Amino acid sequence: MRDPRPYQIATLAILLAYGLIRLDFDVPALHVVLILATALLSQWALTAAWGLPRFDPRSALISGLSLCLLLRTGSPGLAAAAAVIAIASKFLIRFNGKHLFNPTNFGLVAMMALTPRVWVSPGQWGYSALFAFLMACLGGVVVFRAWRSDVTAAFLAAYAALLFGRALLLGDPLSIPLHQLQSGALLLFSFFMISDPKTTPDSRTGRMLFAALVALGAWYVQFHLFRPRGILWSLAAGSAVVPLLDRLFPARRYAWAPQASGPRRPEEGALDGAQVDVRSGDADPGRGGQGRIRLLRLLRGQG
Amino acid sequence: MAKADTKLFNKASQVALVRLDDKTVMTMANDFRGDPKEFAIVIPVPTFLERDQIHVGDKALLDHLDAYSAPRLVEYFDEDPCAPRVYDRAMPMAVGAAASKMAREKSLGVTVEARYTIGEYDILILSAKESTGLETWLTQNGYRIPPGASAVLGSYIKQGMRFFVARVNLKEQAKLGFQYLRPLQVAYESPKFMLPIRLGTVNADGPQELFVYALTRKGRVETTNYRTVRLPSGMDLPVYVKSKFPDFYKAMFAEQVRREDMRSVFLEYAWDTAWCDPCAADPLSRDELRQLGVFWLGEGAPGPQGQAQEVFLTRLHVRYDAAHFPEDLAFQETGDRQNFQARYVLRHPWKEAKSCPAVDPYRKELARRQENEAQALATLTGWRIEDIRRSMGVTALDEKKWWQKLWGD
Repeated sequence: MRDPRPYQIATLAILLAYGLIRLDFDVPALHVVLILATALLSQWALTAAWGLPRFDPRSALISGLSLCLLLRTGSPGLAAAAAVIAIASKFLIRFNGKHLFNPTNFGLVAMMALTPRVWVSPGQWGYSALFAFLMACLGGVVVFRAWRSDVTAAFLAAYAALLFGRALLLGDPLSIPLHQLQSGALLLFSFFMISDPKTTPDSRTGRMLFAALVALGAWYVQFHLFRPRGILWSLAAGSAVVPLLDRLFPARRYAWAPQASGPRRPEEGALDGAQVDVRSGDADPGRGGQGRIRLLRLLRGQG
Repeated sequence: MAKADTKLFNKASQVALVRLDDKTVMTMANDFRGDPKEFAIVIPVPTFLERDQIHVGDKALLDHLDAYSAPRLVEYFDEDPCAPRVYDRAMPMAVGAAASKMAREKSLGVTVEARYTIGEYDILILSAKESTGLETWLTQNGYRIPPGASAVLGSYIKQGMRFFVARVNLKEQAKLGFQYLRPLQVAYESPKFMLPIRLGTVNADGPQELFVYALTRKGRVETTNYRTVRLPSGMDLPVYVKSKFPDFYKAMFAEQVRREDMRSVFLEYAWDTAWCDPCAADPLSRDELRQLGVFWLGEGAPGPQGQAQEVFLTRLHVRYDAAHFPEDLAFQETGDRQNFQARYVLRHPWKEAKSCPAVDPYRKELARRQENEAQALATLTGWRIEDIRRSMGVTALDEKKWWQKLWGD
């Protein structure tokens, strides 16, 4: 299995360029530079402070680009602070040898909780490039079969089922749930945030439950509490349940690019060296010696 | 300075939304110009409304808001001269004829929860169990409900919404002596920060026009389920636009709607109400803001010159129909306090017939500038560039081809 991150970085960078040039995102160039630089610098400093063998910019770059795409603020200081919090959360908020929150998600949620001067604009994507965006996302899934696309599929299926269920219950035309699904922010969330293999449960059963929980939470916040950004709050809350899901359904820990066989190189990934944790109850037959998950298995629902 | 206000648009509705925490005050302008006894509105509201949660406001409030936030031309102080004034429609909600008879609401599952006469309006707060009952009740009571509204009503009923139904009490109106219908205001507390637009699209002949003036404390308001786009602003335009500003605004808006595939909400103004630059109209006074429902005024110290403070005004403009706007508009307040206004610049050329060495370069530069102004106007409005040049009295800039520069002399 190849490391999907270079592909993700390229996709996010293209999306950001498109958003800035064509969709007039309210993101000054200064914020982009600041967020990316701060994210990389934080990653570098904390790698050194934790005494990890190698600085790996890839994950930090993904977090930084995602923050640029989602975070809105008028203050360069707050933009940089979000990047520091996002990266620091990886090193500081850990449980059982892995970090608890998706860094981008944590950075956003923490900043929105701290100050009203940070927000997210879920409606700003429009529809013109939605199809191309979707293709880029799906392309990534096909090329890198195993980047936990099962979480994405399960989340989208559960969320769509809830939206269509609500429409049927209310007697609304199907154009309403379809409109709700046609959201760039939703795609970004599904393909780049909730699917983060480092913060999702290790076992497939756990991941399915996790995806369903996050979908239900997002739907509840949106349609019963009537608050915006439900999806982000829901993922943060859902992440807190991951240790429990890992305990209930243990499986082997994910690594970005494990070798086909033999011991993993400790320098792979930001913190992977400290994370190799193959428990006796490893129950993920789908991974096999190759460490691969095929899309087909997703359909068969092997856990 | 010229400005272009909302009266240019057919079927235009205006709503002011004052919002802090979960408290909302909504002011709805009725530009209904027909026979008052024909007037009736059905508005879904999130909560039950007591008598003192409903108020009849002053029409001048919304007119002032409109004038203050309208797109503007700078350098001139002219009033908008020749706006074609056409109106024929009230709120984006079901409009029909009203009758007074109370019917068998119980058996229809319709409950008249309250009945108020406020100002010139008779107001009912209805709740219903199912849409066919409500539809029957409304039809029996003389409200013309368009076919297809039943499903929408049903959706609102299941979402626990009540219905605010208002019609004109002719006796009260005669007593009060108003020639026009004053805006209705409602104050309620609900987490829902939205505007129901679906009823208005059911039977609409063509797209509807809606202006939303959001008055908040923190910053700009935007839609969360539709893209909010800034109207293009700040361009230099041909001077003749001054006399055609209303036409320009309409054409420009139509062109932007077309470019966004009619799927976006447009931001026309976002500014702290404590000041404006340039001001299209005087800023709103504290008293006016209070009347609009800004309930937090006076909690802090008064601003400079006793003017309004801590109130951020967002003006949104949307043209919508059922196909492109299937859902009600949902809003959020952002922390964005950046000022924005739709503003266009006219630069009068220097016309004296003096001659000096600087004249030639100036004329050349002027021709280039006017060509750019023509191009900008064509891009903004979709007008033909030839027509624009003719109106400007200029010919297309005779740019020499590169080979002419090479050999021609």
